[in-house]
Amino acid sequence: MSDPVRLQLEDISVSFPSAGGAAFQALAPVSFSVAAGQFVSLIGPSGCGKSTLFNVIAGLQAPTSGRVVVEGEDATGMIGLVGYMLQKDLLLSWRTVLDNVVLGMEIRGVPVKEARERALPYLRKYGLAGFEHKYPNALSGGMRQRAALLRTLLTDTDIILLDEPFGALDAQTKSRMQDWLLQIWADFQKTVVFITHDVEEAVYLSDQIYVMGTRPGRIVERLEVPLGRPRSRALVSDPRFVALKETCLSLLTQDAVQAQLAAAA
Amino acid sequence: MSTTTIDKANLGTLPTRSVARTRRPQRRVVRRLPVRKLWPFHVILLLQIGVFAAALGLWEISARQGWVNAFFWSQPSVIWSTLKVFFESGNAWVDISYTFRSTLMGFFLGTVIGSALGLSFWWSRNYAAIMQPYIICFESLPKLALAPLIILVFGMDLASKVAIATALTLVVSTLTAYAGVRAIDPDGERLFYSLGATRWQVFKKLVVPACIPWIISILRVNIGLALTGSIVGEFIASQHGLGRTIMYAGQTYEIALVWVAVLVLATLSVVMYICVSWLERVLRKGVTH
Repeated sequence: MSDPVRLQLEDISVSFPSAGGAAFQALAPVSFSVAAGQFVSLIGPSGCGKSTLFNVIAGLQAPTSGRVVVEGEDATGMIGLVGYMLQKDLLLSWRTVLDNVVLGMEIRGVPVKEARERALPYLRKYGLAGFEHKYPNALSGGMRQRAALLRTLLTDTDIILLDEPFGALDAQTKSRMQDWLLQIWADFQKTVVFITHDVEEAVYLSDQIYVMGTRPGRIVERLEVPLGRPRSRALVSDPRFVALKETCLSLLTQDAVQAQLAAAA
Repeated sequence: MSTTTIDKANLGTLPTRSVARTRRPQRRVVRRLPVRKLWPFHVILLLQIGVFAAALGLWEISARQGWVNAFFWSQPSVIWSTLKVFFESGNAWVDISYTFRSTLMGFFLGTVIGSALGLSFWWSRNYAAIMQPYIICFESLPKLALAPLIILVFGMDLASKVAIATALTLVVSTLTAYAGVRAIDPDGERLFYSLGATRWQVFKKLVVPACIPWIISILRVNIGLALTGSIVGEFIASQHGLGRTIMYAGQTYEIALVWVAVLVLATLSVVMYICVSWLERVLRKGVTH
């Protein structure tokens, strides 16, 4: 891998003061780095600090210790350096789809007219044709996610954090959105960090998978996905795909059992 | 209503645990869904007018027959002729415009200042916490109790009526706008900050638009409150206005004129309510869609 490192986490830990006086550790020191143009997934049970980690990377929360380095520069506590798509689509109901999508550019000072002109072809290309001037309440769940994702992608950040973007969609829409995401990722050439609960989703989409564990939140294992691109749905029955999925699942179960034992002890 | 009963006893003998306990034959009552038919619009309208006409007729007859004291209650025919005099040779338009102006100005000032105050609480939680008790205090205080003081400070002219109308509408607007601020999804703010927004951008592009529906919803309440404020101001001390006319007519036992002024006031109130409802619709369309 000769690609330059885009995003680097150095011993990020987060703890909150708790009632007993002892600090509750949400995240044990976590370090990893993501090379430019990679698709990296974080999987883990709920409460493993995935979202906390994203908040730290996006600068919305200060880590207790450690540094976030974006493109070689210290970005700890800095906002606006990475794109962040939260679980909810958070489209503004009083703006049209087009004006929602240009929000990021608008905030960065691009004149609204120019931003609209820039965004319009993307809306048409990526499945929102005919809905540019509609309001979000006219959109289906999948379309809302598309609009939210385009809003994130059209800001000039190279790194995109996606926090379970397809978690609330039905299975069919979800698989369609995954293929759509892969296409758009190939077109935009961004670096993606992706949170999911869904092991299959993680294997299908990613170059690398970080399996996380709870109490405290930490990285248990780093896995390379040995599948080429472009990928198709047929891969799901590929033995390598199945084996990797099994590995992920067993790592997750192991951690769950350990957590239970720790809680019982 | 047709009811069908099914006699369980005739359905054959079922094995039951306690045969000894003789059960009364259960009757199941089957009902239809009650039908509520709506009369056509013109019938409703006709009946509405009919109720009004009947009430007026009864009033007129009672007064003429001496069933009620016409001096205290007046009567529709006298009220009608007083109304004509009020408009033809009286100062109806002066009074109407006086009350109308003070109401509108109070409505505007109260809504704008109140909303701005409510929105300003978004900027600092500390500031909001400090202001909280004062807002609650001013909210629970009957503002009209301050009216005599306001008249003293602002004088007999329009300014004092505007001030009372403003005082009444201001607090409601503040509280409503602040409720809007508190209802903002914190994730919305996080989204804006993740895009690198400044606080001013979050305020302008998220907080204000999100609160506008809340502010619009208060307009109709405020127009009524502003009118009340103006009238009370005129009651206490004024040269003009419908409130002053009511007070003056009452003190000189011109009961017909009291009714005329109340009637005009009611009309004014309905007209303003309709205008504000229209404004509300236009604004809603412009803001949410």
